[in-house]
Amino acid sequence: MTHSTANPADRVLRVGDHTFDSRLFVGTGKYPDLEVMKTALEASGTQCVTVAVRRLKLGVPEGKSLLDYIDRQRYVLLPNTAGCFTADDAVRTARLGREAGMSDLVKLEVLGDKDTLLPDPAGTLEAAATLVGEGFTVLCYTSDDPVVARRLEDLGVAAVMPAGAPIGSGQGILNPNNISIIIERATVPIIVDAGVGTASDVAVAMELGADGVLLNTGIALATEPVRMARAMRAACEAGRDAFLAGRIPKRRYASASSPTEGTIAFAGE
Amino acid sequence: MTLTVNGEATTVPTPSNVEDLLRRLRIDARQVAVERNRTLVRKTDYAATLLVAGDVLEIVSFVGGG
Repeated sequence: MTHSTANPADRVLRVGDHTFDSRLFVGTGKYPDLEVMKTALEASGTQCVTVAVRRLKLGVPEGKSLLDYIDRQRYVLLPNTAGCFTADDAVRTARLGREAGMSDLVKLEVLGDKDTLLPDPAGTLEAAATLVGEGFTVLCYTSDDPVVARRLEDLGVAAVMPAGAPIGSGQGILNPNNISIIIERATVPIIVDAGVGTASDVAVAMELGADGVLLNTGIALATEPVRMARAMRAACEAGRDAFLAGRIPKRRYASASSPTEGTIAFAGE
Repeated sequence: MTLTVNGEATTVPTPSNVEDLLRRLRIDARQVAVERNRTLVRKTDYAATLLVAGDVLEIVSFVGGG
């Protein structure tokens, strides 16, 4: 136990061969413009940013690209397989991402439904097995199902990333019970991914004991993205500290904070 | 010969390899990845990968995403 108020000790987050001091993972989509994105990423304190793999527009003169706004010394790139609905498409996209980014990391997502963007568990497991076999460091987006999380761990993914709520929905952590079960039984880092609407959602995830939180829309579409990025950072650190500190149990009745002995003589005594 | 590049019919001289195609399209090879007929082409193999009429190519780069 530490009694110093300055930076109480915490271990770094280790994902595959990578280590992170910041436990926030931030996406690069949907910002008003790339300058705002760059400043928001800085404000968030993140060290790992997700990017999407998409067709280059042919015949369009190359202006500034996304990577011109991402300092590769400061941020590790985490290419995703967003938008893939089959294991095969996700595997192909992951291979392209690795070749373009020279990074072994991949955020694997295989989606099952266009309206909810919820993961397809069968396709996710199939793609995860292939990518782990090809040497990828797989951070795997999944539902908040503890059984699927365990199956992914058994396949050798580097991190399991259960959704707090549907992607971009801003609903927060809808099933804290399931997230807790996943965390308690985990042998790899658990990074809550998707559904974060505001800072308290990040704090809740971290207080449950999540190893990190990945978010995008909650910052990018906030009225002031840079301010929200700063709030998310503070919430991530606050939630992590609260988890490590060990919260008091909830109780149904009051428990006085001030001594019940030694009060002055009250009326009627 | 005609290829399909990112869904568009594209005519290139015969013979052409992947490196030739990227140069012709004025694409900076450092920031892209290329797939030919659903198989990744490693950057180190661009010059050695000869294109064949009817090939389907995907040329991708990174964009913002979560």
